[in-house]
Amino acid sequence: MTYLAKPTLHHPSLTKNRVGFTRRDYEGKISTLCAGCGHDSISAAIIQACWELDIEPHRVAKLSGIGCSSKTPDYFLGNSHGFNTVHGRMPSVLTGAYLANRELIYLGVSGDGDSASIGLGQFAHVMRRGVNMTYIVENNGVYGLTKGQFSATADKGSKSKRGQVNNDAPLDLVTLALVMGATFVGRGFSGDKTQLVPLIKAALAHQGAAVIDVLSPCLAFNNHTGSTKSYDYVREHNEAVNRLDFWPQREEITAEYGEGEVTEVRQHDGSVVRLRKLHADYDPTDRIRAMSYIQEHAARGEVVTGLLYLDVDSADLHEQLGTVDAPLNTLGAAELCPGLAALEKINASLR
Amino acid sequence: MQKIEAVNDFVVKFANINGSGSASANELFARAILRMGVPVSPRNIFPSNIQGLPTWFEVRVTEHGYLGRRGGVDMMVTMNPQTWDQDVREIDPGGYLFYDSSKPVPRARFRDDIHVIGMPVTEICNNAYTDSRERQLLKNIIYIGALTQLLEIDPAEIEKLFGEQYKGKEKLFDANVQALNLGRDYAQQHLKRIALKVERRDAVGDKVFVDGNSAAALGCVYGGATVCAWYPITPSSSVAEAFIRYTQKLRVDPATGQHRYAIVQAEDELASIGMVVGAGWNGARSFTATSGPGISLMTEFIGLAYFAEIPAVLINVQRGGPSTGMPTRTQQADVLACAYASHGDTRHVLLFPEDPYECFEMSAQALDLAERLQTPIFVMSDLDIGMNQRLCRPFAWDESREYDRGKVMTRDALDAGTDFGRYLDVDGDGIPYRTYPGTHPTKGGYFTRGSTKNAYAGYSEAGADYVYNMQRLLRKFETAKSLVPLPVLTAAKFPARFAAIFYGSTSPAMHEALDALAEQGIYINALRIRAFPFQNEIADFIAAHSKVFVLEQNLDGQLTTLLINEAGVSPASLIRVLHYDGTPITARFITQEIAERVSRINVRPLREGMVA
Repeated sequence: MTYLAKPTLHHPSLTKNRVGFTRRDYEGKISTLCAGCGHDSISAAIIQACWELDIEPHRVAKLSGIGCSSKTPDYFLGNSHGFNTVHGRMPSVLTGAYLANRELIYLGVSGDGDSASIGLGQFAHVMRRGVNMTYIVENNGVYGLTKGQFSATADKGSKSKRGQVNNDAPLDLVTLALVMGATFVGRGFSGDKTQLVPLIKAALAHQGAAVIDVLSPCLAFNNHTGSTKSYDYVREHNEAVNRLDFWPQREEITAEYGEGEVTEVRQHDGSVVRLRKLHADYDPTDRIRAMSYIQEHAARGEVVTGLLYLDVDSADLHEQLGTVDAPLNTLGAAELCPGLAALEKINASLR
Repeated sequence: MQKIEAVNDFVVKFANINGSGSASANELFARAILRMGVPVSPRNIFPSNIQGLPTWFEVRVTEHGYLGRRGGVDMMVTMNPQTWDQDVREIDPGGYLFYDSSKPVPRARFRDDIHVIGMPVTEICNNAYTDSRERQLLKNIIYIGALTQLLEIDPAEIEKLFGEQYKGKEKLFDANVQALNLGRDYAQQHLKRIALKVERRDAVGDKVFVDGNSAAALGCVYGGATVCAWYPITPSSSVAEAFIRYTQKLRVDPATGQHRYAIVQAEDELASIGMVVGAGWNGARSFTATSGPGISLMTEFIGLAYFAEIPAVLINVQRGGPSTGMPTRTQQADVLACAYASHGDTRHVLLFPEDPYECFEMSAQALDLAERLQTPIFVMSDLDIGMNQRLCRPFAWDESREYDRGKVMTRDALDAGTDFGRYLDVDGDGIPYRTYPGTHPTKGGYFTRGSTKNAYAGYSEAGADYVYNMQRLLRKFETAKSLVPLPVLTAAKFPARFAAIFYGSTSPAMHEALDALAEQGIYINALRIRAFPFQNEIADFIAAHSKVFVLEQNLDGQLTTLLINEAGVSPASLIRVLHYDGTPITARFITQEIAERVSRINVRPLREGMVA
């Protein structure tokens, strides 16, 4: 972390996006995490993605649980409303917020302790319901704020900084999200921004439950030899199945691709995801195959990253509930109160 | 032998087997009497079971309109051999036992001091019907038929009720009328008249007959709730189910068929309160309904909502605790758990409805209070009110009423340069302004957190910032006093040095007991508390009396504790009168307990001019 305050004046030459904001307008407070923390790279990727997508910062609601990862929403999108909720319970709060106003963009930020240990139940159920959100797990396999205990995503046999060996089977959030019905599932690495930024952009555009598991090494407690969540280990075992280019609906696709190396997927909102295949046999629209592929590679100690699954026919919770188009928080007594005549009818039926 | 004689003032208790369809037949019996203009108060005493275990249905017929549980049974209708002995024991001397005589019952299992009416209900039913489901359901109607004959209930009222229930289902209507007449005919030919009787009156007026949970749900519809998140738990589930029913009728956009509400059945109470908090944070009126174990699970979130100042409404339909406790029995045992829910220093606003009318009114009001005070509001109902149909005032609504959305800073105000501090006390009432997420591109955004913060919602661990905030929350709680419903005084006919405090579902039994005590020459001023925080009127009332009985349906005297803690009341002046066996408190219990204590205290000479 740095103790230098950020200057509030922006240089006039900073590039503005279509909605008139510079990249700096998407920043937040100065991070209080350790220097070199993977989480700060993820915050930077979120800033980049939102700026590039021309999202007005205040149209994003940031929600998090408790832990190092859950502190980060204070460090990006400083003009957005944020909510640092209860440990492991961010998904329910996000669900409620989304029910109240379907027009905002909901970004959930959580960690492996928050989502895979204490909050596993809510993680699973929010995927089932198709809440329209981008759910980012900053996964380092360790509890940082309480100084280095294993979390539920720590691999069996991996060593803690103090030399203890983890004997519990690891929990794979990507597989769980696939099983529970998430309609956009990705995995990234905080050390690979070129992969992560388009993943986040595509997830933000996705209508439905989008989850990205981001491996984000903890320099203080989980970056040693024997750890399977260290920078070195993840770099060595990272198996990216594809590279992703994301094109919002209004943009003309300008990149050039060679024959047969690209899969194009069009999302609900008209946006286009172009995938350059790195593994020829990987099909991110086949959920069942994706699960076994991830498991097969995990068994070999490999970490599969990229866009792992995308359901282009996803539906979100509001569609399923048949809610009115106007955000529920804008309705007043005229729309909500059935009035005296209806009440008198009810009274009459109760006699 | 003595014979209980009564017109429009007696208790009939039905002993049945759960899942046999008896509850609807017994309800029909109660409604028919109601339609004759005579108030009734039914209570379903049921097990935590779907089929097979014993269940009871008690109908109090009460021309005086005493709707509390009276205590005692004048007539027992036993349709469950499993509970025969205990049912027979419960009948008041001179009372009546109506039983199914299809199988012989040994003489020794009756009593000499009660009147026995045997009718071969099963035999009549099996002779008339062959289908097993038909037999099971119509058997209930046959005994109801006999009872209408015995108690002189107008069969035309029952037929009218059949007509309403089976509109367009002629076959069902005919079958039910036929079964009713089977029972009536048998009773007419074989059974002697008894001395309990229903006579037509005009004592019901425009009152409605409804359960508190439906009423609370309707209150949430009228009060503008748009988000409901819940997890099934007895005895509160029917709140959410009624909200689903009412919103489907009353909240669908006529042009598009779209819903002006969102209801989610969550995976547990942690999630249901989380959703309510999320929706409240984002400016939608939201509520959950639960019971004791749910409250236990929700406490961390309740603390967050208190400290982060987020509107939320919790309808707590109380049951017996602790732990799983008595899910199908009633208590007022969550008063302290709710008043102080969460770790840390917290205080929550509680509302205590006395009946379905107040369940409606207070649920709607709770939604206003939650947004005005930006805090969780508890509607403290219980199983007795929530799951039993109760005669009460018809629901009322002022057409000009607007929702109080509280202090919300708008985009215009922000543009005008208004200083926005999310936790800043600008008006001196302890209530800060809030912004909804997405209000303004550059102003009014803030980071909500449960941990320490300053008045501008910035992260701060400074002691002074924390103290400022906690002091402001105390001021806000003071402000709440002026917003919550005032207590209701029932003054004795003569000056009284004794007083009583009561709340919630104790109300009807209490009013009846006050009448009974007055008849014995014991005059008591009674105050019904309707909310926490306690207004000064409550402390003044207690100070004006030498002894105050506090009637509660829990063991610990939880409201008494709260009065001592929060209203600065001297513990010596408070006498706990506690009923906590899981059944609703009765007028007989209150009368006896108070009369006994008064006679003990009255050994000392009274001051002149005072009557006790």
